[in-house]
Amino acid sequence: MDFKDTPEQAQFRKKCRDWLEKNAEYVDGTSKSDDFASKDRLKEAKAWQKKKYDAGWAMLHWPKEYGGIDASSMERIIWGNEESKFDVPKGIFEIGLGMCGPVMMEYASQEQKERYLPPMAEGKEIWCQLFSEPSAGSDVAGLRSKAVKDGDKWIINGQKVWTSGAHFSDYGILVVRHDPDLEKHKGMTFFFVDMKSPGIEVKPIKQITGGSSFNEVYFTDVEIPDSQRLGEIGDGWKVAITTLMNERLAVGDASGADVEDAFRWAKTQDDQGEPLLNNKAARESIADWYCEKSGLKNTKLRTMSALSKGGTPGPEASITKIVSAGKLQDIGNFGIDSLDMAGMLKTDDQDIKSFHNAWLGAPGLRIAGGTDEILRNIIAERVLGLPQDPRADKGVAFKDIPSGN
Amino acid sequence: MNLDFSDDQKFLQEEARKFLDKEGALSRSRSVLETDKNIDEELWNKIVDLGWTGIRIPEEFDGLGLGHLELCVIAEELGRFLAPVPFSSSVYLFTEAIVNYGSDEIKKSLLPKLVNGEIVGTMAITEGLYAPTEQNIKLSCNDGVLNGKKIAVPDAEVATHAIVVAKSNNGVSLQVVDLSSEGVSIEHQENIDESRGHFSITFNNVKSDAIGDESSGWEMYESIINQAAVLFSYEQIGGSQATLDMAINYAKERYAFGRPIGSYQAIKHKLADMYIALTLAKSNCYYAAWALSTNSADLPSASATARVSSTKAYQLCSKENIQTHGGNGFTWEYDCHMFYKRSKLLSLNIGSLSNWREKLVTSLEQSNIN
Repeated sequence: MDFKDTPEQAQFRKKCRDWLEKNAEYVDGTSKSDDFASKDRLKEAKAWQKKKYDAGWAMLHWPKEYGGIDASSMERIIWGNEESKFDVPKGIFEIGLGMCGPVMMEYASQEQKERYLPPMAEGKEIWCQLFSEPSAGSDVAGLRSKAVKDGDKWIINGQKVWTSGAHFSDYGILVVRHDPDLEKHKGMTFFFVDMKSPGIEVKPIKQITGGSSFNEVYFTDVEIPDSQRLGEIGDGWKVAITTLMNERLAVGDASGADVEDAFRWAKTQDDQGEPLLNNKAARESIADWYCEKSGLKNTKLRTMSALSKGGTPGPEASITKIVSAGKLQDIGNFGIDSLDMAGMLKTDDQDIKSFHNAWLGAPGLRIAGGTDEILRNIIAERVLGLPQDPRADKGVAFKDIPSGN
Repeated sequence: MNLDFSDDQKFLQEEARKFLDKEGALSRSRSVLETDKNIDEELWNKIVDLGWTGIRIPEEFDGLGLGHLELCVIAEELGRFLAPVPFSSSVYLFTEAIVNYGSDEIKKSLLPKLVNGEIVGTMAITEGLYAPTEQNIKLSCNDGVLNGKKIAVPDAEVATHAIVVAKSNNGVSLQVVDLSSEGVSIEHQENIDESRGHFSITFNNVKSDAIGDESSGWEMYESIINQAAVLFSYEQIGGSQATLDMAINYAKERYAFGRPIGSYQAIKHKLADMYIALTLAKSNCYYAAWALSTNSADLPSASATARVSSTKAYQLCSKENIQTHGGNGFTWEYDCHMFYKRSKLLSLNIGSLSNWREKLVTSLEQSNIN
């Protein structure tokens, strides 16, 4: 056991770090937040992505022809490690690059790949993912937006929801129902769509935090050329699954107040005349959060060790979001409660703000990208090999499945 | 980046698993539980023959001269099969104490016999119905003579020697005692897991030899316990994995309302939570194993992290395994209770969960995690 790079990995890490040091500043505690509601931050994010693209770092595991450097999984992780030490915009391109990119890579025509992948990697064009619907959340295959074929194009009607970044996206990937008479999973078809097409209307959703990072997207007689279909007619679910698997890998640690913040806070916060850190209940909570955080970190190191030996990442990646989002919620509560009556008040104090943000943001993280419950089903079925629930939606035409309305 | 065991270590683990399975270690554990026996001697002798007792003992004292990582993989397998042998007492506690702190003379006289099984060691720590601390150790050591009583000492009946945490003139010291000495009386104490015998030992003017510095016994004790915690954590994750596997198999085979109970989300989510707790604990054990094997400055926090998360994982997995088995899980006939009992024993034997959480936060304060 050791934590050393191989000589090749060390060399690659140095290459990453040298470039980053020349082009960015280290994180120093005054780093900017990634609030892309601000137009300036969006501009900065695009500029940073372009810089990375020009140097080959934007999508380093992609083939050279699309702007990558054919990097290995391990090299991609090393780059990620190093980039995370720098104060650079992140998050905004994740859906496009992490989910739309792989689907385009697998299903788009050669011509389309050459047209769309490089500007996606470069950050010139932003992509979003149009899957969930008002009546299709965890059960995303229950979606109802319609596609009707009309010559060499399709006419789309319906509504998508929870679409991150739709308001600043140029393109989107879209799964819709082309035939409600077929079984649920067989009647879907997959497309990519120009978000500026006539008939698309994007409305931001106001979240419980007051912010808006998601949107409703309405489709009214939107035309999509058949050439923008990804996969065969009826293969929509198969293509969507590729994306969802990538989503689960992309959704990682819930960021925000963590055990170090709770610990530092407890050292100075008053608890009946003593530091909160002297309170036994507080100490036990901190111990448990520390164990969870270390457990996730060490699980990642084990995954990297497997990758480094040429293996594939194990299913343990599926535990990260469940554990970290729950921890975030608990730490938010802990910080707020420690203020007793005054915990209800919003203040300018950075720590208190971060506890409020954790408490208010964590419910969303426990839902987005697979709810706690769906993730537990995935662990139980895919990792532990337990049987699926009996289902009322199998072997029935989609239109005949009970829907509650 | 290599947070993993080597191929040789994995091979050793595989061989250990096959051996314990073939020897029926789990049914031997049941047999110890159901009879007056305190260990399974036949299994213990075979383990000695395999050389496991000498894994960490240097070759000059007839041992194998291997490292802590080899002990970790063995510990995981012993935990998986609830092996009814004094391995943890003799190896993680006694042998490690002698290897780390024994004088050359003591090493020469004890280590080769620990390898060949002539000597079995244990450690006598606690005295009353409260956690032992540097201040409340009362058993006295005056001029190498012990007087007082220890309780809940594992394997004392089969042990030939013990390390005794004693109060000397200059503070707490660690004393090596030959348990066949005059003045030693050993009595069986009923405990929650009778597959592992525990005893009281009364010392009435018993001669002993100090190991290490006589005034820094408590520091040595803490250091021995911090190391042993990693090995006990490996036993705990071995047991956790065994109970998770039992629960999964039962959930697939047992039908209710026309379908396997494992197809109900109430059971799925329970088992997923067991898997999550075990995965976190296991990963923390890997890091602690690295810290132990390299004598890292991180060892106190790494071992406490492994101990806290493994204790939580084993307690969760063993109790939810019973729950998953329904009424069958509550019967003596099914093995579920043996793991439930062992998980509790292992959550107490080197200090409770609450005390290890406290140790963890104390080590974070010392290293200042932010």
